Amino acid sequence: MHAQISAATYRGLGILWLLLVALPWVMPNSYWLNLATLWLTNLLLIASLNLLMGYSGQISLAHGAFYGIGAYVSGVLSAKYGVSPWVGLPVALVATGIVAFIVGWPTLRLRGHYLAMATLGFNAIASVLFVELRDWTGGPNGLVNIPPYAIFGLKLDSDRAFYFLALVAVGIAMLLLLNLLDSRTGRALRALSTAEVGAECMGVNVHKYKILVFVVSAMLAALAGCLYAHHNAFISPESFDFMSSTMLVVMVALGGTGHWWGAFIGALIYTVLPELLRSFGDLELLVYGVSLVLVLLFFPRGLGGALDLLRERVLRLWGRLRAGKGAP
Amino acid sequence: MDSGLLLQIAFGGLATGAIYALVALGFNVVFKSTDAINFAQGEWVMAGGMVAAWIHQQFAWPLLALVPLAVVCVAVLGLVSERLSVYPLSQPSPMSITLVTIGFAIATKALVMLVLGKHPMSLPSFSGVEPIQIAGASLQPQALWIVGLLLATMAGVHFFFERTLLGRAMKAAAADREAAALVGINVPRTVMWSFVIAAGTGALAGIIITPITLTSFNAGTVLGFKGFSAAMLGGLGNLPGALVGGLLLGLLESFSAAFISSKYKDAVAFIVLLGLLFFRPSGLFGRAHVQKI
Repeated sequence: MHAQISAATYRGLGILWLLLVALPWVMPNSYWLNLATLWLTNLLLIASLNLLMGYSGQISLAHGAFYGIGAYVSGVLSAKYGVSPWVGLPVALVATGIVAFIVGWPTLRLRGHYLAMATLGFNAIASVLFVELRDWTGGPNGLVNIPPYAIFGLKLDSDRAFYFLALVAVGIAMLLLLNLLDSRTGRALRALSTAEVGAECMGVNVHKYKILVFVVSAMLAALAGCLYAHHNAFISPESFDFMSSTMLVVMVALGGTGHWWGAFIGALIYTVLPELLRSFGDLELLVYGVSLVLVLLFFPRGLGGALDLLRERVLRLWGRLRAGKGAP
Repeated sequence: MDSGLLLQIAFGGLATGAIYALVALGFNVVFKSTDAINFAQGEWVMAGGMVAAWIHQQFAWPLLALVPLAVVCVAVLGLVSERLSVYPLSQPSPMSITLVTIGFAIATKALVMLVLGKHPMSLPSFSGVEPIQIAGASLQPQALWIVGLLLATMAGVHFFFERTLLGRAMKAAAADREAAALVGINVPRTVMWSFVIAAGTGALAGIIITPITLTSFNAGTVLGFKGFSAAMLGGLGNLPGALVGGLLLGLLESFSAAFISSKYKDAVAFIVLLGLLFFRPSGLFGRAHVQKI
């Protein structure tokens, strides 16, 4: 846990994004490109939930709902009222932030499972509203005809154009997350995730920081929701239900709770595994369940933690080999 | 509104609430011994109903044999899940146990789907479907079975925790792990039994509701969800709280369905729940947990 943010982390993010910019030319196939786009939105969802779970030590079961509020606010504004998606985006972010603040304020003061309970209830309420506010959301059949983003009248509805939009948006968001963790706030968060009482004694306003993390993570989920809604042109309530919130928690744990690169792995699994298992159909759920248990048993710090161990071992072996060679 | 109708709504609420209470009981037992939220609880409820319905369909056994057999099957499933995944955890914490239970919840659901199929299954009512008329309200006999079995189970669990050696050892381990270990209680063993009890009572809930609602592999999530809410309402870890929380949640749902809107009944129940959580976080009957630092 408590990934150390260093210059290498920034460098890694930069290199990854450079590689991703080249992707459309390496893999011109639109299937792969759409998968990469999906990976980017999933990364945003999982990295933001990871921020919360890793640094406040609490599980939120409403990440799917925040994702959904972002998608529906921006989607409904543009599909039903003709508001530009560029205006819908900040509105959706602010609305989600306010809702998260209202849910988080009373519960984050308490230690224990209260956030899990409140968010579980909250996701249920959000799911009912997505279905029942039919005039706005289109009910169980979903909201259709959501317009794409456009720049100067040029619609970003091709796979490639949207990929670049997602790359920029998610890139900015990831950089923002990295900066947050690397700042005074980040140090306070790290302190509070290791020793909450100690942090409080040193003058860290624990409640304030927990709220901050919760609201920021909800707003990033809403950003993912906006991207999803305007790319897919269609949203329906089951994408944002309790099950999807649970799956996001699972992916954070698989990648490694509080591990910076863990979110990348979690997002990769979440995006690719369903595609790989498509031919096996019904086995998908079983594989998810069993692999979660196995990863938690053998790598309590998730696959990200497992990779750290592997890297350490390789480096040590490398060092020993070089030492052996250098000896006369 | 006439009193017969009110009574009818109340009966409906109590029967559903009794199911929620049984599910909540399982949450509380596991929570007490591990401080974790057991995500598999709802899946065990579903598994109970599915296994019983499957035995009924394949062998047409009498209920008296079939119900205990299905309960035992699911209890063994709980035991195996705990031994294979919670017990070997190298650093058990409420968070890691909760995550592991998500894992075996998903695996349980998938297994039931793969082995027993995707079709909804049913069981016959325990004693016919002829409604009983009481003061202008008609009551399904199965509802009486549900409430009766809930009360019997509650009494049994109470007896177990107060009067038997194992039950008292479990209470001791839940109260203070280290102290219990010092006086020779095998704490991991008590955790195992809590999962067995949770799976068994959950399975019973799943079996007795199947004649009314049918069941299928994906029925578990909702039942788990409601049971967890009931447990919160009564205060997590509080055994009598499960009873009151469950019945209250059932009544709340049926009355809000009748007087507000059946579409919003879930939302109403959860808004009350959130309100309670904000103003009385330890539940209706939970004691505030004061921690000295």
